[in-house]
Amino acid sequence: MTEVTLLEEVVADTPHGDRLRGCMQCGSCGGSCPNGAEMDHTPRALFAMLFAGQRDEVLSSNTMWQCVSCYSCTTRCPREIPITDLMYTLKRMAVGAGVARHSDAIALARVFTNMVERYGRSFEFGIATRYLLLHHPVAALKNAGLGLKMYGHGRMSLRPTRIESLDELHAIVDEARTIEFAERNPGGVTW
Amino acid sequence: MVRYAFYPGCSLDVSAVAYDESVKAVCAKLGVDLVPIADWNCCGATEYWGHDALIAQALIARNLARIDPELEQVTAPCAACYLNLAKVDRMMREVPAAAERVNRALAAGGLHYEPGRVRVRHLIDVLYEDVGRERLTEASTGSLDGLRVAPYYGCQVVRPFCDNDDSEQPVRMDEVLTWLGAEVVEYPVKSQCCGGHMSQISENEAFELIRRLLDCAHRSGAEVIACMCPMCQLNLDAYQGRVNHHFGTGYHLPVLFFTQVVGVALGIEHDVLGIGREIVPAREALRAHGATVVAAAEGGRDVP
Ligand code: SF4
Ligand code: SF4
Repeated sequence: MTEVTLLEEVVADTPHGDRLRGCMQCGSCGGSCPNGAEMDHTPRALFAMLFAGQRDEVLSSNTMWQCVSCYSCTTRCPREIPITDLMYTLKRMAVGAGVARHSDAIALARVFTNMVERYGRSFEFGIATRYLLLHHPVAALKNAGLGLKMYGHGRMSLRPTRIESLDELHAIVDEARTIEFAERNPGGVTW
Repeated sequence: MVRYAFYPGCSLDVSAVAYDESVKAVCAKLGVDLVPIADWNCCGATEYWGHDALIAQALIARNLARIDPELEQVTAPCAACYLNLAKVDRMMREVPAAAERVNRALAAGGLHYEPGRVRVRHLIDVLYEDVGRERLTEASTGSLDGLRVAPYYGCQVVRPFCDNDDSEQPVRMDEVLTWLGAEVVEYPVKSQCCGGHMSQISENEAFELIRRLLDCAHRSGAEVIACMCPMCQLNLDAYQGRVNHHFGTGYHLPVLFFTQVVGVALGIEHDVLGIGREIVPAREALRAHGATVVAAAEGGRDVP
């Protein structure tokens, strides 16, 4: 049995991901990136590593964690490669492989997604306080002043809003998880 | 009159409530009929995509599926919400296998979305194309009186799903505000990134991006920045003091949602438009152009 390469996995897990194979290493993506300076590797370099089969180096790179979803690269790429979506895919794979680099971004995403699954809505105050208090107690203090200002301007709610049909939402989310699990474990049991 | 399904999104409920207030007031005044999606849920912003792809898609598609079957268009003022709705609709149209997966998940909640059933549009597009120049010019009260505005589009309205404006140097907001009597200044960084959620996870990186945007607006002589994204507004407005502190600068640039500026032009009372909710106050700049006087005299009474 031949081993599935990371490139194949990434392509399979991204809508229009097959276009990545047409990358011509022009560097437009890196040149467009507002946060390129903070990345270990530009998107172009990361893709070169992906083609070369450097699984561990790619997954442990900070590149995707520095991506802020501005879609500049995606819009400019001459080969119409969905680069931003590839960054999302690489984030998921890095977390899945347990080698993700940017713990803060992961922590924020976790707190956020938990809130959304619990209430059906995002809850900015809950997210900010939970994330900051758990991960950056010092910054929490610095940001407290900002929070108070926001509150004073009627821009912060201390209580979450819940949608009415939470059951429906949970059924959809659970089903999505089941589908993904079944796809990852073909022929396996899906509960 | 076309009616539009309306997706407000979570930010408009709380931190960007001024966007919500001004969108509703402006649309009521212009006869744009917004029908909120019943029991809408969070679109997952950018966070869900990096967390779980199918849940991200299903959460967005649930909102599309809940749109009143009589309505053929949906509009969202929040840039990230607009992008998500447009992105999932397009993905489902272009990749049938992906659409099938999403609909399998939706079916567990008794829902279904037919790819392409609704047209997803940003509100600027509705104002520009459907309301149009003639009606906007007619409705203008002249109260902007040459207010110098830097038009800041940010990323997600103009990239990558916008097929009717330039993704690098867009012009639609410039034109709408010009029709309404603003003086739109040269703002070459108009579609550059504000750093998004980096202000929360790695603030020094975001601060440099924010500083660049403020600096360019300052140099171009803008009195206010008009934006179309809650995250941009938050970064430029709420973090402006921190950025000043960090770089030893003294920027004082009020950041309004473009609908607030439109509302002032239409003579809607400032309170109704949520003006005053910004951390860097805009009232002084508006007063310098006599906007308060006109607005107070006209009142906002036709807005509930
Ligand atoms: S812009 Fe596109 S083609 Fe060019 S290097 Fe980046 S991904 Fe490859
Ligand atoms: S979408 Fe991400 S990788 Fe692409 S240019 Fe923007 S920040 Fe850089």
